[in-house]
Amino acid sequence: MIVELGHYALVLALALALVQFVAPIVGARRGDEALMATGASAALGQFALVTFAYGALTYAHLVSDFSVVNVVEHSHTLKPLIYKISGVWGNHEGSMLLWDLILALCGAAVVAFSANLPRDLRANVLGVQGLISVAFLAFILFTSNPFARLANPPLEGADLNPILQDPGLAIHPPLLYVGYVGYSVAFSFAAAALIGGRIDAAWARFVRPWTLIAWIFLTLGIAMGSYWAYYTLGWGGFWFWDPVENASLMPWLAGTALLHSASVMEKREALKIWTIFLAILAFSLSLLGTFLVRSGVLTSVHSFASDPTRGVFILAILVVFIGGALALFASRAGALAGGGLFAPVSREGALVLNNLLLTAACATVLVGTLYPLALEAFTGEKISVGAPFFNMTILPIAAPLFLAMPFGQQLAWKRGDLLGAAQRLVVAVGLSLAVALAALALRGGPALSILLAGLAAFVFFGGFAEIAQRIAPRRTQLSVMLARARGLPLSAWGTAFAHAGLGVTLIGIAAIGWGDEKVATLKIGQQFDIGPYRVVVTEVAPRTGPNYTETVARMDVREDGRLVAVIEPSKRAFQARRMSRTEAGIATMGLGQIYVALGDQVEGGAIDARLYWKPLVTLIWIGALIMSFGGLVSLADRRLRIGVARRAPRRKEMAGALPAE
Amino acid sequence: MTRKQRRLAFVVGALAAIGAAVGLSMFALRDNIVFFYSPTELAAKEIKPGVRVRIGGLVKEGSLVKGQGRAVAFAVTDTAKDVKVAYDGILPDLFREGQGVVAEGPMSADGVLRADNVLAKHDEKYMPREVADALKKQGVWQGEGEKK
Repeated sequence: MIVELGHYALVLALALALVQFVAPIVGARRGDEALMATGASAALGQFALVTFAYGALTYAHLVSDFSVVNVVEHSHTLKPLIYKISGVWGNHEGSMLLWDLILALCGAAVVAFSANLPRDLRANVLGVQGLISVAFLAFILFTSNPFARLANPPLEGADLNPILQDPGLAIHPPLLYVGYVGYSVAFSFAAAALIGGRIDAAWARFVRPWTLIAWIFLTLGIAMGSYWAYYTLGWGGFWFWDPVENASLMPWLAGTALLHSASVMEKREALKIWTIFLAILAFSLSLLGTFLVRSGVLTSVHSFASDPTRGVFILAILVVFIGGALALFASRAGALAGGGLFAPVSREGALVLNNLLLTAACATVLVGTLYPLALEAFTGEKISVGAPFFNMTILPIAAPLFLAMPFGQQLAWKRGDLLGAAQRLVVAVGLSLAVALAALALRGGPALSILLAGLAAFVFFGGFAEIAQRIAPRRTQLSVMLARARGLPLSAWGTAFAHAGLGVTLIGIAAIGWGDEKVATLKIGQQFDIGPYRVVVTEVAPRTGPNYTETVARMDVREDGRLVAVIEPSKRAFQARRMSRTEAGIATMGLGQIYVALGDQVEGGAIDARLYWKPLVTLIWIGALIMSFGGLVSLADRRLRIGVARRAPRRKEMAGALPAE
Repeated sequence: MTRKQRRLAFVVGALAAIGAAVGLSMFALRDNIVFFYSPTELAAKEIKPGVRVRIGGLVKEGSLVKGQGRAVAFAVTDTAKDVKVAYDGILPDLFREGQGVVAEGPMSADGVLRADNVLAKHDEKYMPREVADALKKQGVWQGEGEKK
């Protein structure tokens, strides 16, 4: 019964989404206040209904209701509770329902935080948001119904794919989806601005917090996915340039560009049309990502099932939204008042460079991801574009971007002084050289690692250089420095942390060159030297878990004879699906990790294994956490807080109150 | 700088960035792509030794030979033609005779693929799409997902 109610709620939600799409937009055209106001209640109602539907599906999973196809195919009575809850989105139908839930949440959040918005803009934003909901609710109801019943329910389910039975499943998809879907708000704002034909600095101020929230979640989601792949796939890599990873990287790159161009628009009323375009692009790439992952054109751990009708449906959604938005853009953008021009050497100029490089990087990732698909569609030839392509194209684009980041922070708005900026960065340059030289002297290793370490240090120290100079331009008392630090706008701190976080990630990547890697056949009592550590195999034994059995190899990790850690890499066999999964044994030593992944059992109790020593590897993900923290700090800035922004009347006064950055 | 010069500076900058990105992509695409062949297609092509290829098919029953240490040799078949593969490393979790597999690496002069990467299927339902296509071409595809 509850399952049917959930299905019914979803149908009602679709009907409400249609109302939310049509009524406010028509109202905004006619200037009809009452019609415009329906958008808000429709959005809230839709959120309540989709939440109920989602709750109903979760309930079916919790009680193992095997009369529901979705539960039969992806659950099992013995499955641990956490995977019964997170398993709801561990399959195609459920994950699309989560997509819709977050979309509805975004709509409700817009309602909650948009009291200050001009009414027509608010109505148009909610209308566009409604249209997106219509598309995706229809997608679920017509091609991917999670509530389908089974006439003869079996006694037991097929269980969740073992690769997904991992705490990562509870965290990674929701984070990533909030990021993906969060960009829909920026998209709706862009479309609403084009429909309404009005765009100004206040618009950028409305959009920035939404973009920032999506960006924070996307950053965390990508980092979490990367760490999950790292510890679960057994290859010890953190990024594989897999099309599915690229699908999440592209909106991240576009969204990062959007954040930066929106700040130019907000401060200087320039780059308006470009910013609108980026807002459309970021969400379009999110949709493309959804298409690539959910349509079955790619096979990976993410493609749960391939059903051609779904692919065609998502492709249609993709074409309608991207095509529609771009057509709207083409027809309306010319009519929008363009922004002013500015000197190339200035904060604005630096942000334009940032945008150019980020979009160029995004374009190359797009080419590398879609080229194989296009080639196969047109010629039937199958190729794979892998890491060598991306390393070769992204590095030359990224390196100048990293180099330019600290300079951008140093340049003033309107007219910058490159020489002055260079002088102010002398300390950062000195520290980076010191880091590079220290790396060379202490570790040696590949030249690329040394160079990248220096570059990473430059991004890190350069990130804080601006703050340092604003707090203490010359020798200053500590109390004065603290007072000044408190006085700085939080957005300046946010920028510093976000940039420094990238530096931290880059150091982690540079350190790959100093790692150690071995493939060995392990026997009890055998020792292996890996990096500065010695690994001793103490036991190889079977063990039983809740819904699997495993072969565990216990190993002592010793440093100078002293026991520093015990790791238990294992090989799990899941009965329900007759599948096995490698569980890496990982010991974190400071910032580095010892990583052991088991292979197949061979004769005589010995077992094959890959052993890695990965110095500083955790910095890759810690850096992403710092980046997100920077975003959060920016978000807390009074000026950027959701709903605080107001239109024209207060603008002059606010601009006057802001310190010139 | 005049307005015109400023605008020119931006346009030139933008074109340079786009040009560099396009150039890099073209250059990288020329050297860094790997073609996928089924065993039948591979037999029809003259692949120079040292060229990297990806092949897909089933691991031929009875062809798996364990050598010294972790060295293994096996044949990949699409039932019409076979390709010999040599691999030194840890085979993936679901590698079994009779199962779908993708192997990637340089071809050697004697027609053996020196694989440095072997991929098997993720679960009992999933077959690498390339393998499924290679098998469909030979008409021996039995899995699901054919018509839906």
